[in-house]
Amino acid sequence: MTYLTLSITLIFVVIPLVLSKTLRLGLEKDTIVATVRSIIQLLAVGFILKFVFDSDSLIYIFLMVTLMIIVATHNAKRKGASIKGITWKVGLTLVLIEVLTQSILLGFQITPPTAQYIISISGMVIGNSMVLAILFLNRFTSEIEAHQEQTELVLSLGGTPKQAIHSQLIKSIKASMIPTIESQKTVGLVQLPGMMSGQIIAGADPIQAVQFQLLIMFLLLTTAAVTSTMLGFLSYPTLFNNRMQLLKNR
Amino acid sequence: MNTKYKPAIHFNDVTYTINDNVILKRITGSFPEGKITTLVGPSGAGKTTLLKLCNHLISAGSGEIYIKDKAIEQYEPVELRKLVGMALQSAPMVEGTVFENLSLPLSLQGEKLDPKEAEELLEDVGLGKEYLHRSSTDLSGGQRQKVSIARTLVNRPKVLLLDEITSSLDFASLHEIEELISKINQKYGTTIIWITHNLKQALLIGNYTWVMMDGEVIETGESSLLESPVNEKVRRFVKGEAE
Repeated sequence: MTYLTLSITLIFVVIPLVLSKTLRLGLEKDTIVATVRSIIQLLAVGFILKFVFDSDSLIYIFLMVTLMIIVATHNAKRKGASIKGITWKVGLTLVLIEVLTQSILLGFQITPPTAQYIISISGMVIGNSMVLAILFLNRFTSEIEAHQEQTELVLSLGGTPKQAIHSQLIKSIKASMIPTIESQKTVGLVQLPGMMSGQIIAGADPIQAVQFQLLIMFLLLTTAAVTSTMLGFLSYPTLFNNRMQLLKNR
Repeated sequence: MNTKYKPAIHFNDVTYTINDNVILKRITGSFPEGKITTLVGPSGAGKTTLLKLCNHLISAGSGEIYIKDKAIEQYEPVELRKLVGMALQSAPMVEGTVFENLSLPLSLQGEKLDPKEAEELLEDVGLGKEYLHRSSTDLSGGQRQKVSIARTLVNRPKVLLLDEITSSLDFASLHEIEELISKINQKYGTTIIWITHNLKQALLIGNYTWVMMDGEVIETGESSLLESPVNEKVRRFVKGEAE
């Protein structure tokens, strides 16, 4: 695709702008900001990736992945601001997910140890983990607020903090995992995954593209399960003190 | 006050604050063992906070609380909460049947409740054994309160804290619960601390009464104090002018 044809694709930005103006949705400014940001960010990433892929240096790969984890942590932690120490909890979860998935992929030689594979897959895994962390923290903090009486009931009957928060924790873990599982149930029937479509458009063999997409989907299942579970079990103890009391100012 | 009875719970100069708001101010007093003490006062007086302090769901900012002559901090939280049981105003239920709710206190300790015992508990609170396998969502407000009380009794608490358990009940259910609490008090010698908005109930059921306002205990004594209060604020409250 040339830069000229790319610029023609801006028609797809003009359509929502016209609709927003006509229907007085008030989204013109946000749409323009989002478009400009996506152009700058993606072009910048494109040039950085080209540089890193060309150099194929482990240090640059490490720096890229670290940057991804820092940005994702910063983004996700805002949803759990009421949970003490949420930054390191989200950060640790993302590091563990990255180490776990890359260890399996590289250890079993499923993917080659090149910048092209490591960075692309890390981006998908960390990005997905960030979204799941946000979903989980959103649900978990709401569950705690909504079911404070239930938590106090279990504590008042002699239950431990883990028992008191168990039902809210499980509901939150399930709720954050369901979108990943549900989207995988209909994949190929309702929607073609973006990455697979991109590969096919770029001229890759569809079967190869499907195989790679399956690998990513299975990875994302692990990401979903590990992110919410680990974040849940790291988060709940800070909601209580050592006298088994639910803290009001978390 | 109540020096002729051994205290089940004693407060010594207890203050509780949250976010710089003083909820309880320098509370001192005892709840006599084996007796029913009612807590009355307008909303926001700090009554529920006082009960939560007794169950150690929260800790006092300053002052000391003694449960059976032992400082509250010296108890293991689980041990204390089995000793001092609490029934909440909304009678929250866990998902499942009445039996599962009654089993909760023991299942938290990894133990099982004998169905026979569950039937006896239900009988104690005036519900037949046919309720045992009924879903907790199918219970009326009064039935939920009865199950909530029975569930609290599974731990055989020596002190029972009741937070406005009859506030949303009809007259018949209210009367049944009053009789039930008196029965528990007499049968097991359980110390009862009961928050109520119903002054007639406080007078009828209570041996002793604490009147609380704005985080302070304004007047205490035998429940008959409600008929002829000494304190002017209490007099106005009893007449229905203070709330």
